[in-house]
Amino acid sequence: MKPALFEYDDPATVDAALDLLARYGDECKVLAGGQSLVPLMNFRLARPGRLIDINRIDSLAGIKREGRSLSIGAMTRHVDVERSEEVARGWPLLAEAIGWVGHSQIRNRGTVGGSVAHADPAAELPAAFAVLDAKFHIQSKRGARTLGWDQFFVAEFTTSLAPDELLISVEVPPIEAGTGLAFVEYARRHGDFALGGAAVMVNVARDGRCEKASIALLSAGPAPVRARNAEAMLAGRKLDEAAIGAAADEAVRDLHPTSDLHGSSEYRVKLLRTMTERGLRTAAERAAGKT
Amino acid sequence: MRKVAIEINGNLVEAEVEPRLLLADFIRDQAGLTGTHLGCEHGVCGACTVQLDGRPTRSCLMFTVQANGHRIATVEGMAPSAHELHTLQQAFHENHALQCGFCTPGILMTMEAFLRDEPNPTPAAIRSALAGNLCRCTGYQNIVKAVGVAAERMRKEAGSVS
Repeated sequence: MKPALFEYDDPATVDAALDLLARYGDECKVLAGGQSLVPLMNFRLARPGRLIDINRIDSLAGIKREGRSLSIGAMTRHVDVERSEEVARGWPLLAEAIGWVGHSQIRNRGTVGGSVAHADPAAELPAAFAVLDAKFHIQSKRGARTLGWDQFFVAEFTTSLAPDELLISVEVPPIEAGTGLAFVEYARRHGDFALGGAAVMVNVARDGRCEKASIALLSAGPAPVRARNAEAMLAGRKLDEAAIGAAADEAVRDLHPTSDLHGSSEYRVKLLRTMTERGLRTAAERAAGKT
Repeated sequence: MRKVAIEINGNLVEAEVEPRLLLADFIRDQAGLTGTHLGCEHGVCGACTVQLDGRPTRSCLMFTVQANGHRIATVEGMAPSAHELHTLQQAFHENHALQCGFCTPGILMTMEAFLRDEPNPTPAAIRSALAGNLCRCTGYQNIVKAVGVAAERMRKEAGSVS
């Protein structure tokens, strides 16, 4: 099918985009890479009255260091994160996660901000940002604000972004030395939406004990899920098979993913447990290789 | 309606279009280049893949107005002349890498860019790069083979030039 009629603006600056958002708010949708929005429009599942295309706003694209943190502009394409030397050096989890996003043609066009604002519970980047404790910088004519990932993601396809607000950039905190990172997921075919996945970060001390573990699950609930109890269980422990297995059990204890034709809730829980286990194992190995 | 000027295969195409016109429909219906095929219209099948500023892109997931001022390459621009195929096309022809041919233009646009980035790919890397293009005839074996053959020939051609 083809999209329904809409009005179209393609502002060249953030200010101009914010003016339009302030004026049209609820009637409009922001068009970034369009790799989720345009299919919805082609099927007429989405019929926005107006699109505000931010592809011409050059200042929204780019990856740069800000102090020890990484700043990723909302219009940065997936492929540019995937191939970034800065990301490979300091935040390789992001490139690993993006490798699972759709196909190369989708990653050539899709954007970091688009993935985040779309807030698909099966998406890779929201879970990766959750495990990395990323912050989201947002602007509107009313001012600027910064939200933690847990304040930003609200539910399926729902964020805290108000209708007049624009996501400007994502700030990713530095990764400490001795940290192992891993992103794992399972889909029936590569590029399909994940049936389950885990983003894992473990910080291991010189004596081999885990100082801090972070686990974020995708396709596990309405938004990215941090397995806080499992994380707490691993603090101070050696990351052996027993500890990893117990943490994986704990990580899925209270999860109730929805059954659908791709997999029952029970299956998805088992899958998420396995993903957590594999993620922890890989992250622990990587941390050991670094210390 | 909006005015656009888009370079397609080296030719500037100017037109007035509705913002909702998909790039794939513009390429086919207004530029008359029907080598770009439309399958699923939601970014899964890969048949409509063209290159936008050199990068393989789904032309069903872009509006024509967004291509204004950009460079598009389609399958029609691949062959060096009317009597000679591109090395990749020739390898597909020789290795029976297509049957009905519906998916072929999208695969060629994807693989041409892939071989630019990875001139010496492993079969596994070729398979991974093909993941975004569905083919329901061949079973992919001969496509993987043809891409490997083309890569080898293109490396030799590049070697003999330098």
